[in-house]
Amino acid sequence: MEKLINDFSFGLFFWQTLIFLLLIFLLRKFAWKPILTAVNEREEGIKNALLSAENAKKEMQSLNSHNEKLLAEARVERDAILKEAREIKDKIISEAKDDAQVQAGKLIEQAKAAINSEKNAAMTELKNQVSNLSIEIAEKVLREELSNKESQTKLVEKMLGDVKLN
Amino acid sequence: MHQISEIKFRQVIVMVFSKKSFLYSLVALIAFLPSVLMANSPEPTPAHGEAVAQENQDPKAEIKEQIEEVKNHHVLDAHSFHFFGDKETGKEYGFPLPIILWDNGLHVFSSSKFDEGKVAEDGGNYYVLHHERIYKTDATGALTEHEGHPTNAKPLDFSITKGVLSMLVIALLMFLLFRSLGNSYSKNGGVAAGAGRFFEPIVLFVRDEIAIPNIGEKHYKRYMSHLLTVFFFIWFLNVVGMMPFGVNVTGNIAVTFGLAIVTFIITTLTAKKDYWMHMLWMPGVPLPMKIILAPIELIGAIIKPFSLMIRLYANMFAGHLVIMSLIGMMFVFKSWIGSPLTFALSFIISLIEILVTLLQAYIFTMLTALYFGAAVEEHHHEEGHH
Repeated sequence: MEKLINDFSFGLFFWQTLIFLLLIFLLRKFAWKPILTAVNEREEGIKNALLSAENAKKEMQSLNSHNEKLLAEARVERDAILKEAREIKDKIISEAKDDAQVQAGKLIEQAKAAINSEKNAAMTELKNQVSNLSIEIAEKVLREELSNKESQTKLVEKMLGDVKLN
Repeated sequence: MHQISEIKFRQVIVMVFSKKSFLYSLVALIAFLPSVLMANSPEPTPAHGEAVAQENQDPKAEIKEQIEEVKNHHVLDAHSFHFFGDKETGKEYGFPLPIILWDNGLHVFSSSKFDEGKVAEDGGNYYVLHHERIYKTDATGALTEHEGHPTNAKPLDFSITKGVLSMLVIALLMFLLFRSLGNSYSKNGGVAAGAGRFFEPIVLFVRDEIAIPNIGEKHYKRYMSHLLTVFFFIWFLNVVGMMPFGVNVTGNIAVTFGLAIVTFIITTLTAKKDYWMHMLWMPGVPLPMKIILAPIELIGAIIKPFSLMIRLYANMFAGHLVIMSLIGMMFVFKSWIGSPLTFALSFIISLIEILVTLLQAYIFTMLTALYFGAAVEEHHHEEGHH
């Protein structure tokens, strides 16, 4: 201990403390601050870059899943649309069929009615024609027949007989 | 052949550790070691000469005395920078350093005035250098001794000694190195460049492994300047101590005292309320215990920096002493078995010492951070005490 105290040099202590404190002060200003700031900035930069990369990855993933969801939705929608279209088509076809049938029925009815009326008209015409012809024939016959009395009577009788039959 | 294999060996080492810059520095230092060992023993060389053995003295004792001198010369501070000398021709190689004394006025003169034990005169006062201590004396240079210690008055000695010069050089080196590192970021787009780049991982190590775990994320930034400076200052000074003509600065108690007192002052000045509460009035213990604990805790606060001071000083001082002694033994044995054996031993110890240079810097910084951490720690009272 005595040797320690004897060895102690105040001058050395004085200079050491002075140099050391001055060195701390100078290095703090000119070295440690810029070094630590630069290193911190660099580390922050790396951290941020990693974080943003991670975020981008996550975003990509969410985007992908979103896309897939959209795709699935679109597929479902497409199927629904197709189904609907098919249904509509079927409906239209069946409706058209029904309509056509109704229309055809109507046409047939009309045609039948027209045919009937035409037939009736033709019948009437024919009757008229026949009656006219009959009258003409009767006239001619009468003219021939009525040249004698007996045949006149005979005819009247025959006609009467016909009327009765009618 | 030998050289080639050695180069290959180094390449292998470099390849193995190239990814770990921290270890790289160790390897670089190890590679540097041969020159370190060569230069650690400058003075005993003349001991080889038979002429050194004087007629009236036992040659072994003479060598031992020289070794003792070299040891002291190496581990202690000095007022001039002495590289090596030749006892035969009496030639000394080195350069003088300024002597600054405060003795009722400032006295500045060159240490060359003390050369060869001369009495230095400045401003009418006479001084003499005795065992690296400056004493006031008269024109004849007489010292009154009491039990081997001079009792003459000692002026306040602010001399730029070997140690102060080394610290100045290291401080300048650190300033230039880390300033260039600091500047390189902005010039190089946030990436370190230049020689300082090598130290960036170590700066980060101090931040991530020493400061943050011990002080905490919240407060560590305030202490970073001190921790980084103290770490590199101690490390570089330790390494300088291992180099040729290196000076054992951190193995000097005045230096470690200065380092420890700065730690103590910063701890005390930045301490939060909790720190003082736990020191002076420990919460959660009975009243008598509080009274007993207060002085213990107060002494503890002083013992902490005291242990810092002693630990660094003793490690470096002892390490240097062991290496110097082992190198000295080479010249004592002077045999084919003893000298290589002590050489191998000193080589191994030197390797360990190189590890110690880093280890002691780490431990000092680590414990300093721990004390800072205790000063700013916030205790959560609802969680109970320990």
